[in-house]
Amino acid sequence: MTFARTTLRSLGPFWLAAGLVLAHAKGGEGVGFVSGLAHPVSGLDHVLAMIAVGLWGAQLRAPAVWLLPVTFPMVMALGGMLGLMGVHLPGVEIGIAASAIVLGLAVLLEARPPLGVAAALVGCFAVFHGHAHGTELPPGANGLLYSIGFVVSTGLLHGSGVAMGLVHRWPAGRSALRVAGACVAVAGVVFLWRAFA
Amino acid sequence: MRWSVLPVSVAALLVAAPGAQAHLMNSGFGPFYDGLAHPFVVAEDLIPVVALGLLAGLGGARRGRWMLFGLTLSWAVGMAVGSVVLGPAAPDWWTGGGAIVLGALVAADRRLPLGVVAGLAAVVGGTHGFGNGRELAGATGGALAMAGIVCALFALSSLLAGHVTSLKSSGARLVVRVAGSWVAAIGLLMLGWALR
Repeated sequence: MTFARTTLRSLGPFWLAAGLVLAHAKGGEGVGFVSGLAHPVSGLDHVLAMIAVGLWGAQLRAPAVWLLPVTFPMVMALGGMLGLMGVHLPGVEIGIAASAIVLGLAVLLEARPPLGVAAALVGCFAVFHGHAHGTELPPGANGLLYSIGFVVSTGLLHGSGVAMGLVHRWPAGRSALRVAGACVAVAGVVFLWRAFA
Repeated sequence: MRWSVLPVSVAALLVAAPGAQAHLMNSGFGPFYDGLAHPFVVAEDLIPVVALGLLAGLGGARRGRWMLFGLTLSWAVGMAVGSVVLGPAAPDWWTGGGAIVLGALVAADRRLPLGVVAGLAAVVGGTHGFGNGRELAGATGGALAMAGIVCALFALSSLLAGHVTSLKSSGARLVVRVAGSWVAAIGLLMLGWALR
């Protein structure tokens, strides 16, 4: 109750400010933030890969549980920057599909590579996801607000994965996570098939 | 559980900034309140202030105090100078580059020397304040709006830095570092937009 009360107290002024601003916001600005927020959740391939990062981090525990979700958005933003600048990156769709397969398998097998290897693997795949987001920006959207929505949404997806991964502490939860990893990997194979089709 | 409010508040600050507007928003309450609302609704100004608050808070109370007074004072001076001196606006990459540096410093959680924290606050405050001053030059009630901006910055910075300073558990500090990585990621994308 205390948490809820304090949270509501903290949020109050900001919701008020948001309401005032929305009354004056131009269409492009609203579109920018909402587009950025919606983009990472608009494709199942992105969603599954990002949740898998959180699941894997939860399996690996500290410090991977926070290092992987920190690595992914930062490197993804780098990929997004390359996409915005028009730098061509070959095989983006294949890279995204491969990320779902590899991360799904990592969760399925409860792989425990060295922390640096896990972070590098996640970072490599993040470049593909970021590049796809950067090049798929809707015309007229406000860049800064798109970027904010995009990063917040990605971070929340990782957080969802970590939260789901908390079931890892129970034997049944561990099995459920491995099944979830298998599902992500199978979905990745489907995405790969589509990328080549 | 009190520390859990911090990420919620930071996220709310970011979400509550839907419009990056070159000019002051019209709150309907007059220029002082327009200025008071300004840092909360202009994401270009909000992001570096949030990042500095997190950075100074992680460094402890002394750094927090220096950041607080350094930022608001330099912002005020920058606005005063910008409103009377004709000068070029900060380049487009400035906000993005600043967010990358500040966000990365928060994510790294390294205890910076006092002078570096104060210097960062002065640079951020001076440049962003100068930009605000340019926009407000000649505007009706410009001085009141500037006073409102300074008050809002002082309140926002002190709340953020004070809250982060009070965090004791390593888990809570990790949440702040994650927020820093988000700021850096936003900065990278902003840089991409500037270089597009």
